[in-house]
Amino acid sequence: MTEKFDAIVVGAGPAGNAAAYTMAKAGLKVLQIERGEYPGSKNVQGAILYADALEKIIPDFRDDAPLERHLIEQRVWVLDDESYVGTTYRSNDFNKPPYNRYTIIRAQFDKWYSKKVQEAGALVICETTVTDLHMDGDRVVGVKTDRTGGSIYADVVILADGVNSLLARKAGFHEELKPKDVALAVKEIHFLPEQTIESRFNVADNAGVVIEMAGKITKGMIGTGFLYTNKESLTIGVGCLLSEFKKQGVAPYALLEQMKAHPAIKPLIEGGEMKEYTAHLIPEGGYHAMPPLCGEGWMIAGDAGMFVNSVHREGSNLAMTTGQLAAETVIELKNENKPFTAKHLARYREKLDASFVMKDLKKYKRLPAIFEKSHQFFTTYPELVNRAAHTMIAVDGVDKKSKERAIRRSFLSARSWKGLMGDAFKLWRAFE
Amino acid sequence: MIRVEEKLFQNRYRVDAGRPHINIADPSVCAVQCQQKPCTFCCPAACYTQEGDGRVTLITDGCLECGTCRIICSEHRNVQWEYPRGGYGILFKFG
Repeated sequence: MTEKFDAIVVGAGPAGNAAAYTMAKAGLKVLQIERGEYPGSKNVQGAILYADALEKIIPDFRDDAPLERHLIEQRVWVLDDESYVGTTYRSNDFNKPPYNRYTIIRAQFDKWYSKKVQEAGALVICETTVTDLHMDGDRVVGVKTDRTGGSIYADVVILADGVNSLLARKAGFHEELKPKDVALAVKEIHFLPEQTIESRFNVADNAGVVIEMAGKITKGMIGTGFLYTNKESLTIGVGCLLSEFKKQGVAPYALLEQMKAHPAIKPLIEGGEMKEYTAHLIPEGGYHAMPPLCGEGWMIAGDAGMFVNSVHREGSNLAMTTGQLAAETVIELKNENKPFTAKHLARYREKLDASFVMKDLKKYKRLPAIFEKSHQFFTTYPELVNRAAHTMIAVDGVDKKSKERAIRRSFLSARSWKGLMGDAFKLWRAFE
Repeated sequence: MIRVEEKLFQNRYRVDAGRPHINIADPSVCAVQCQQKPCTFCCPAACYTQEGDGRVTLITDGCLECGTCRIICSEHRNVQWEYPRGGYGILFKFG
């Protein structure tokens, strides 16, 4: 293959597919390279699809995309060992089309997305690993793969190769990821009859529920758990920062097993048939941990660029939007006959800054550093809040004023006035 | 004791026999210099085993290709990590 492409996209996840689709649709000659047997076979996510980002790329995606359940209810649980305190938001507004978000199964969804990319005119090659970027001095001019003898050339290369971002690292564009900047999540999918899921979660007609969890399930480590309803299956998983796993010495699958045994979770997954166990890294370092995003002949999109909003559990939508913005940058420069130099590709960065992607990442830029030094939010507080709820709810002949005093004492002895005020300030700073 | 093998048994793999995509660069670094050996408890597929004599052995057949072992080895940088050849390795049915 000696022909030259307008653009090469590495990876067929949400970022790569968004980029390849957008460029191909605009008539550019696009090559997309994927290492999996088919697009999706190497990709892992919870998974929730936020409709907005995809709608801006493929407006009629709902016609044929493989979607599991649209979500009408979000539960947030703060867990102690035997209990949880939670909030639920459920609205029938979310039960009216066009739906705002869905659960999806990535292996199926990515395959569908890739079909759209191919229909738009991009050439998609699977079962091919890109081993290196082909450099001419400090400029990326193409890629080397494990398949063809020589290199494949393009005016610009979009790196959508996922969280490990091996290609940019090998080329020296950024350093190795730090254990504190990535979360390791493990997940299982459990199959249950559709009716069992609907009665257990109080939903019908393809509506679904999300449960996000924090607290003692992570054994004091910074992390969260989740349980999502698919059509005929549930996905359940837990993730913590790698630095925390390393410090605590807990095996990730042991953490997942303990979470599944929690008395509030066990009945929800009871009787399910486990059909796959997966693990994946999530880039959660936030704004301050982001690598350079473009240079001479290259741009980075999706997880490879640390585009994840860990607070709101958003990632695939950021991936799609960044892929789309990278593609639009290519299309504009092509139309203006400008070379793909670092100077001109800086337009990608400007587009990112103007979008919700960078605005949200900037909003939470202090959060990782604050949580790193504040494990009490994952240990002490879940415990205190659960015990306070128990104290107030149990009817045992103790008057309510005495109960309130006992709760106040429990908070003060655990954290002191200064500690409580400091923690409130930290939370305000983290989410400000 | 949780047996991760039972979990991995549900997964689909196409193993590239004789061509592991991850290698320990210098086994003596694991055996002598690394006290904690985080790869032996952080790997979600338990590919790394600590032997009685302090050595660490690696079998990549059950690898989920997450990248944990490479990043966790931050003090010693002793993990040579590549993706498997195209089409090989874990093949997620659901993902």
